[in-house]
Amino acid sequence: MSRHARRRGNPEEVEEMPSWKEETEPMVHNGRIKVPYTWWVGETGSTFFISLRDEKKILGTRCPKCEKVFVPPRKACGQCFCTDMQWKEVGPAGELVSYTILRYEETIHPIEPPFGHAIIKLDGADTGLAHLIADFEPQQLKCGMRVEAVFREERQGNILDIHHFKPVA
Amino acid sequence: MGEPWRSERRETLEDDMERVAIVGVGQTKYERRKKAETFADLVYEVTLKALEDAGLGIKDIDNVVTVSNDFWDGRTISSMAVQDACGSRHKDVSTVEGDGLFGALYGAMRILSGSFATTLVVAHMKGSESRMNLITNAMFDPIYSRMLGLDAITSSAMQARAYMHRFGISEEQCARVSVKNHGNARRNPLAQLPMEITVDDVMASRVLSDPIKLLDASPITDGAAAIILANGQAAARAKTRPVWLKGVGHCSDAYHLGDRDLSRSRALAVAARKAYGMAGVDKPLDQIDVVELYDAFSYQELMWLEGLGFCEEGGAGRLVDEGVTERNGKLPVNPSGGCLSAHAVMVAGLARLIEATLQVRGEAGERQIRGCRTALAHGINGPCGQSHCVMIVGGQT
Repeated sequence: MSRHARRRGNPEEVEEMPSWKEETEPMVHNGRIKVPYTWWVGETGSTFFISLRDEKKILGTRCPKCEKVFVPPRKACGQCFCTDMQWKEVGPAGELVSYTILRYEETIHPIEPPFGHAIIKLDGADTGLAHLIADFEPQQLKCGMRVEAVFREERQGNILDIHHFKPVA
Repeated sequence: MGEPWRSERRETLEDDMERVAIVGVGQTKYERRKKAETFADLVYEVTLKALEDAGLGIKDIDNVVTVSNDFWDGRTISSMAVQDACGSRHKDVSTVEGDGLFGALYGAMRILSGSFATTLVVAHMKGSESRMNLITNAMFDPIYSRMLGLDAITSSAMQARAYMHRFGISEEQCARVSVKNHGNARRNPLAQLPMEITVDDVMASRVLSDPIKLLDASPITDGAAAIILANGQAAARAKTRPVWLKGVGHCSDAYHLGDRDLSRSRALAVAARKAYGMAGVDKPLDQIDVVELYDAFSYQELMWLEGLGFCEEGGAGRLVDEGVTERNGKLPVNPSGGCLSAHAVMVAGLARLIEATLQVRGEAGERQIRGCRTALAHGINGPCGQSHCVMIVGGQT
């Protein structure tokens, strides 16, 4: 049955529609969705971002039961369901778990190339933090190498208050 | 701390539940840009095809599951835009925002609930109408991750490196997957990218985000797919030889990328174990004849083969080197060409199930693998395979 066949009552009776596509110009409707959002970051997120902004300190939360330290911090442990998480400072250096160097440009990219996306396991943390890697020499990056946070001069209380991570000299 | 990955509960569909059959399937041709068809046109096309295949009319359909994504479609409650096209008006309809294989899973559950005899599952995607990087960036947490500019390619590139670094998998081994799947697509008239390419071509293709190169990545695709599921009684009324759902498993991992071990596919291992337990599969390499899995990127085929238990962790590079996964190998993987040859997001897992079904029926045309009795379909959802669904299908035993 062709894509533009249609059925009439009896499924055996199939009639072809004329191939209008060959004669009709396909029209396009252009649109754009722009909607502002106000995401409150919550109590845990607020403590994390205030610490980042005001003290250049990266905080995680530690589950008292499984002892795992989560970064970014969680209000409750996803594994144990504990809610009495404890604050713990982590980093600002850690291990490069994985990375990629971007070779295309997008409007959503926050810093100038060359840069990469990376997962960094900060000292004292048990989970990785997704962030940016920059200030590296070609071929320098290796999984497992030491990297450290570079903070922005003017911090606004968001995840980009860490400008990027770079290899430890 | 507990081991959340262990679940030894063994279930058998036949023991305590009625069985579910796939009695009708329909797919569009997959293309880069379908200018002449709207979402609804695509859904209408595959709904008609599935009904025609099953020899059923729309009045025979008890309930409908639609699969769509609001961001990709650029409208909220995107499912509502296709209700007329899938004939769900005045019917019980439910929606899935996730890969189409999860739509099939949910459709099967609705039959197993005893409330419905037949379920139509439809999925649609027009990847051409928006911007892939912007849409996939939006799957990341807006507070902690989205501002970094992460998208499907860069997050997967980090997973690829973590996996390849841990297990010593080479870029050439990943490239072999691309060569195989694009080559297989030459036998699939619905595929978007049938290509005769070499490992050198893949290696020389433009780097998108290392180690992922253009020919390691699946394309942006427009397309739709539909299946009709039926209980035992309704299956007898369909004109097709029913293909039975022998086993199902699904499992999800943590959302934040850094919470997971990206180099391993533990959630898939759990999903596979559940599906195998139901289907009575204990030696997957010997008991499964064809695999259709979700290869959004070439490395994923290798990782998912390991998660599915066809070899030990890190062993999939060897399987590919030895030709095991070729059309004429012991375990043909993605004889349709896979997602690398046509990747309609949301639709792709359902397409895997349709391909597995056609293989069991012996109706896969030029891409048929001779003697296929049991096939596996796999779908993923979320960044870097956060959640996995595995279905085992087979004929009447």
